Amino acid sequence: MTDQTVRAPQTVTRTPRARAEGEEAYLEVTDLHVQFPTADGKVQAVQGLSYALPLRRTLAIVGESGSGKSVSSMAILGLHDRKSTWISGSIKVGGKEVVGMSEKDLMSYRGADAAMIFQDPQSSLHPFFTIGAQITESYRAHHNVSKRAAKARAVDMLGRVGIPNPSRRVDQYPHEFSGGMRQRAMIAMALVNDPKLLIADEPTTALDVTVQAQILDLIADLQRDFGSAVVFITHDLGVVAEIADDILVMYGGNAVEHGPVEKILGSPLHPYSWGLLESIPAVSGTPGPLHPIPGSPPSLLAMPSGCAFHPRCEFRDRVGGDLCRTLKPELIPRTADQGRTSRCHLKEPDKVFETEVLPRLP
Amino acid sequence: MLFYILRRVISAISVVIVTVVCSFLLFFAAPHDPAGVICGPKCTPERLKDITNSLNLDQPMVEQIGLYFKGIAVGRDYTAGGVTRHCDAPCLGYSYILGVPVTDLLARAVPVTLSIVIGGATIYLIFGVLIGTIAARVRGTTLDKAAVGTSLVIGSVPYFIVALVIALYATFLPRSQYTSFFENPIQWAGGLLAAWLCLGLTNSAQYTRYSRASMIEALGQDFTRTARSKGISERRVVYRHGLRAAMTPVITIFGVDVAYQLVNTIFTERIFQLPGLGTRIINAFNQYDLPVLMGGVIVGATVLVVMNLLVDILYTVLDPRVRLG
Ligand SMILES: Nc1ncnc2c1ncn2[C@@H]1O[C@H](COP(=O)(O)OP(=O)(O)OP(=O)(O)O)[C@@H](O)[C@H]1O
Ligand code: SF4
Ligand SMILES: [Mg+2]
Repeated sequence: MTDQTVRAPQTVTRTPRARAEGEEAYLEVTDLHVQFPTADGKVQAVQGLSYALPLRRTLAIVGESGSGKSVSSMAILGLHDRKSTWISGSIKVGGKEVVGMSEKDLMSYRGADAAMIFQDPQSSLHPFFTIGAQITESYRAHHNVSKRAAKARAVDMLGRVGIPNPSRRVDQYPHEFSGGMRQRAMIAMALVNDPKLLIADEPTTALDVTVQAQILDLIADLQRDFGSAVVFITHDLGVVAEIADDILVMYGGNAVEHGPVEKILGSPLHPYSWGLLESIPAVSGTPGPLHPIPGSPPSLLAMPSGCAFHPRCEFRDRVGGDLCRTLKPELIPRTADQGRTSRCHLKEPDKVFETEVLPRLP
Repeated sequence: MLFYILRRVISAISVVIVTVVCSFLLFFAAPHDPAGVICGPKCTPERLKDITNSLNLDQPMVEQIGLYFKGIAVGRDYTAGGVTRHCDAPCLGYSYILGVPVTDLLARAVPVTLSIVIGGATIYLIFGVLIGTIAARVRGTTLDKAAVGTSLVIGSVPYFIVALVIALYATFLPRSQYTSFFENPIQWAGGLLAAWLCLGLTNSAQYTRYSRASMIEALGQDFTRTARSKGISERRVVYRHGLRAAMTPVITIFGVDVAYQLVNTIFTERIFQLPGLGTRIINAFNQYDLPVLMGGVIVGATVLVVMNLLVDILYTVLDPRVRLG
């Protein structure tokens, strides 16, 4: 990654739940395209993204800045401005199609079926309304209850996300909360309607390390309690190891690798994922040299032909027939393991990883 | 909060006191003969003596200022034409030219000025905010461009041209005059309508631009995105979340601006021939009526100080992040 510090993945201490084959997807993204027409041309922020996520599972989306993580997640909540965004493909949440949904249907869907936690709780909460008013508003948008009942619910939620003295805190303004407490309040607000899908867009990036860990634990606990599907966007592979069941690696507006967390962190198949692992400092604690992936992210206005990663890929000449420059690879299983997919023409990527990449890793 | 207000009130009072002392020095310690100036063109030796005696102009400066403050606090006596009159507190002096206490004169002028400004400011605040907010919502469209263009044109036309156009073309408006609100509210509003329109129109352009910019900023904030993600209506997102944030700076500007308008209605009053503070002060200026001028300065300074105080208090109410201590 070019402009973010990435922390090393800790060894996976938690055993991810076994993948129940055939588990029905709650979130299903199919061939999603998101484009922004601008004066310079069409910004192709997301270009054919597909993935599925069942309930009770956490998917981590990782990738360089600008790879389309936020844009694709905002599309799931229908948050893009209709007039200035061009969206195609399909996003199904609990069977409802979100792409092209009417404003009225979006109103009853947002917050109730799917909710979002944003990166910076300081700017994401309204500075002039009390925490209680903001949570109550979310609740009353989907529940026909009195103000008092809604407030009782807000106090209850604040308690559940670990805010001490919630009945007093509920009447305070965001500036009276610390950063970590504000993010807890954001989480309470997102979960107040029991959404089955929770999207967290770098929810811990703006917080300091000890608070980060608490918020991660909280999200994991709540997910267990609420049984929801969680999409967790992050730059931090350490966080991924801790919280995710699956990983989706994004590059240039597309998924380049997708699979269970322990496999992708342990033996990734895509050269970009290898680059990610190499770019992080040594786990041992002694600060080692950083190896950022050479080159820069692709221009979303003019994507490279063939494989989007080819201008930066050291393996492109291993693939015969100049395929990397001419043919865009599919996201399909590349090894005997059908549970993981990768978008790369390279033959036997598992062997290449083991013999050439693994020894180089810090 | 109470402590904060108290502190601000004390500092406001000190500002007014300093203004009184400064203007007193300016008007009475200058190298001219204040008694002669105050006495005016029809001066007689007796009158000059009256003035010198009642203003204690032969006493040291400090004593004169002290007496002036005493007058403000408890009132004082003035002798004119052999008759001694009492000038009630708060006594701001006595106009020998007009033969009335300054306080009475200004007390009659202040409601006129207040009426002009309150009406005009209401018009420009409502129109400016309304048009600005709508323009922000439809940003980039023809409607938005029309609103911005119109406000630019209106904003760059000199005030007197707008006044002239209203005077020439809006002949259907009632004749401009001042009637007390308590006497006849309908006549009050009718007689001030032309002045209100003029003030409202010229200033609404500026408020359209403020509100539009402030609203565009608010709608681009993260908390607006959060509001949208809750599943509330777009109206509520814009008018509750957006407007609440966008209006805080606009209201602050408005408060300071109204104070400024109050002490700058000279144009409006002259053009529409309304007997407000501005008219009084211009007349006093032309007649070298020093006591009235000084009273005007003091009233003006007090208005500014009080309005600033109100704005600061209002701001702490509007923005809970402003900590008081
Ligand atoms: N409204 C918009 N108009 C034009 N371009 C946009 C718009 N929103 C996002 N983009 C562009 O889309 C690309 C993808 O942005 P996105 O926010 O999804 O990146 P990201 O993966 O979340 O990165 P980060 O890690 O920095 O959050 C970026 O290049 C961004 O500049
Ligand atoms: S397809 Fe070719 S260029 Fe793209 S990642 Fe694989 S080897 Fe590299
Ligand atoms: Mg992002």
